[in-house]
Amino acid sequence: MSTLEKTETKETQSTLANTQISGSQAVLEALIHEGVDTVFGYPGGAIMPIYDALYDYNDKLKHILVRHEQGGIHAAQGYARTSGRVGVAFATSGPGATNLVTGLADAMIDSNPIVCITGQVFAALLGTDAFQETDVINITTPVTKWNYQVTDATEIPEVLAKAFYIAQTGRPGPVLIDITKNAQIQLFDYKSYEKCNHVRSYRPAPIVRREYVEEAAKVINEAKKPFVLFGQGIILGKAEQEFKDFIEKGGLPAAATVMGLSALETDHPLHVGMLGMHGNYAPNVMTNSCDVLIAVGMRFDDRVTGRLDKYAKQAKVIHLDIDPAEIDKNVKTTVPVWGDCKETLPMLTELINKADHSAWLQQFRELEKEEIKEVIYDELNPTSDIMTMGEVVRVLNELTGGDAVIVTDVGQHQMIACRYAKFNKSKSNVTSGGLGTMGFGLPAAIGAWYGAPHRDIIAIIGDGGFQMTLQELGTIMQFGAKVKILILNNSFLGMVRQWQQLFNDKRYSFVNITSPDFVALAKSYYIEGNKISDRKDLEQALKTMLDHDGSYLLEVVVGKENNVFPMVAQGTAVSEIRLK
Amino acid sequence: MEKQEYTITIYTENSIGMIGRISGIFSRRKINIESLNTSPSEVEGIHRFTILITESEEVARKLCRQIEKQVEVLKAYYNTNDELIWQEQALYKVPADVIAEKAYVERLLRQYGANVVVIRNDYIVFETAGHREEIDRLTEELGKYSLIEFVRGARIAIIKDSAGFHSKLKQFEKEEPSPEVIENEFLDQQDKVFTM
Repeated sequence: MSTLEKTETKETQSTLANTQISGSQAVLEALIHEGVDTVFGYPGGAIMPIYDALYDYNDKLKHILVRHEQGGIHAAQGYARTSGRVGVAFATSGPGATNLVTGLADAMIDSNPIVCITGQVFAALLGTDAFQETDVINITTPVTKWNYQVTDATEIPEVLAKAFYIAQTGRPGPVLIDITKNAQIQLFDYKSYEKCNHVRSYRPAPIVRREYVEEAAKVINEAKKPFVLFGQGIILGKAEQEFKDFIEKGGLPAAATVMGLSALETDHPLHVGMLGMHGNYAPNVMTNSCDVLIAVGMRFDDRVTGRLDKYAKQAKVIHLDIDPAEIDKNVKTTVPVWGDCKETLPMLTELINKADHSAWLQQFRELEKEEIKEVIYDELNPTSDIMTMGEVVRVLNELTGGDAVIVTDVGQHQMIACRYAKFNKSKSNVTSGGLGTMGFGLPAAIGAWYGAPHRDIIAIIGDGGFQMTLQELGTIMQFGAKVKILILNNSFLGMVRQWQQLFNDKRYSFVNITSPDFVALAKSYYIEGNKISDRKDLEQALKTMLDHDGSYLLEVVVGKENNVFPMVAQGTAVSEIRLK
Repeated sequence: MEKQEYTITIYTENSIGMIGRISGIFSRRKINIESLNTSPSEVEGIHRFTILITESEEVARKLCRQIEKQVEVLKAYYNTNDELIWQEQALYKVPADVIAEKAYVERLLRQYGANVVVIRNDYIVFETAGHREEIDRLTEELGKYSLIEFVRGARIAIIKDSAGFHSKLKQFEKEEPSPEVIENEFLDQQDKVFTM
């Protein structure tokens, strides 16, 4: 490289190179160089220097002031999920940092690329029980992919580069960087920002072994009844097309996990539905009938497998995953295919024979008919006076055509939305899958909008979950995220009530929950809203919500004691899934 | 699967908080760490953890996979006792008059290869190194003669088959390492993998 080129790169990289800057400025420079445009955060004493520096970065970095740090990190997660980029959250020390913990745990189990920056007390005060001092590093260790405490400003560029690299490579995850106040203030000679692309003790992805891909192809080619399960790994690996090529060539029926939804469009002829406890009938039953089970970028969660010792025992299992620890963790693998599925899927596609398993696929469709007859038709077209959650989702599908991003909270409405929402493109399903975090929906939807501002963001939330993080209406009010909030109100903590009904003799213990006037609440935040309880108003109300330019809250009163079916009861096999 | 002693050997970066990160992987699964030793390794700047547990092979293997997920961990191995040369060290503080008066105690200490570390007129400190059972036996015997203080160190172990970590580290430092570094024993035992 010539000297001239060198100078040019440096200039374009930063005008601050080779000057004295503060640790706080270095943090913001790092974010700019990593391409961050939006930060969700909440200031406080120990992070004040960073907020002071932020004052001068107003034109380069959008900062969204959330109403609670948990809202901040869930928003960062929503942002990461719809944009495919790293979500960034700021919080102060002590309570600010501890409020991030739920979101970190959620991001960890759902593999969201997140970088959290927390302020910390002066290094000299560490361990003295100083005001707002908490041992954030130790608290967050089990719920972060990596964390690090910075006590000297000179470390900041390198540590942040490492943080972004670790958060988004391999199996993504949350990273927390705790920066003591003295390091934020400290001036140092800033050289330049170098992105990180190698950490010697960290292997983002295992090396692909061709012999295993070959072995997997052989098993697939010999299969009579192959069945593919796909998870979020497809979305995280940006391998949607590679995946489609793979199943289309092999004529392979494929079912999604909750986290895998939208990786393959719902209407795809080989898409046979959703797996798991409240998934579809056919994929659950057929798991125990197939001869080869091909799992791609999924982790055999207990909600997917049901009773493990009765799970797919008849099948040879091929598991494609980027995380070596997932292989054989829950389900014994016949052929492991380690690596990024973006790389392994095309290799596999090349080696498998073009096949047609239409008779086998037809068996899925037969079971689907049964499910439609027993469950789906009535859920989507009820004859009862009171509306069902399913019909709301059906009408919503008709209006959006499946182009919207569906964000959900956790509970019955989540399972109904995941079951019935139509997805035309990837990154359209934002939900708390692994941790099941009630209160995730509203803040995640705000972040989802910043991650994909040109898409319709619809937050389907229950009356219980909404009340956990409704303070984020304030964030919408102040910064104008165009989020459509669809509250499905059944006046119960519905999923727990369903279990109490089915397994605890209807002993409804503290599942009856009252709600405020949600529409009036929204109005108090200057957010338009409406409440309906009549079927005849449904379509128009949803249309008004979708057409409204800005955020909108629609509350729909639905049946109080409706259940989500089918259901794989805890401790039973997936093939023992009950339709009622 | 049957439980037995497994020694887990972990090569890590020398960074603050590694003990917490690693021990958390055990405590989260309610697995008791019987002994834990951290020390430098054969490679400068690389730390070596030696952890003793009594668990099944499957648990030991899964633990190693989870440990290797930690960003600052380079490699984790698990071995049964017959794959290792291992020792534990112990220190005993015995009243001086017991040694002086009881010939049996002196003989005992000789028999177990205990060495004198400190001699004072009120007590004598011995050290010995060996396998757990030997140390336990000596401790039990000395216990009969008013043992003042006793402490036993964590297990340290050398893996018989290991060629050390020098060449591995060189691989880790490259951006495109050879497969041997990323291997796991599972993929190297092909005949055991393909169960069809």
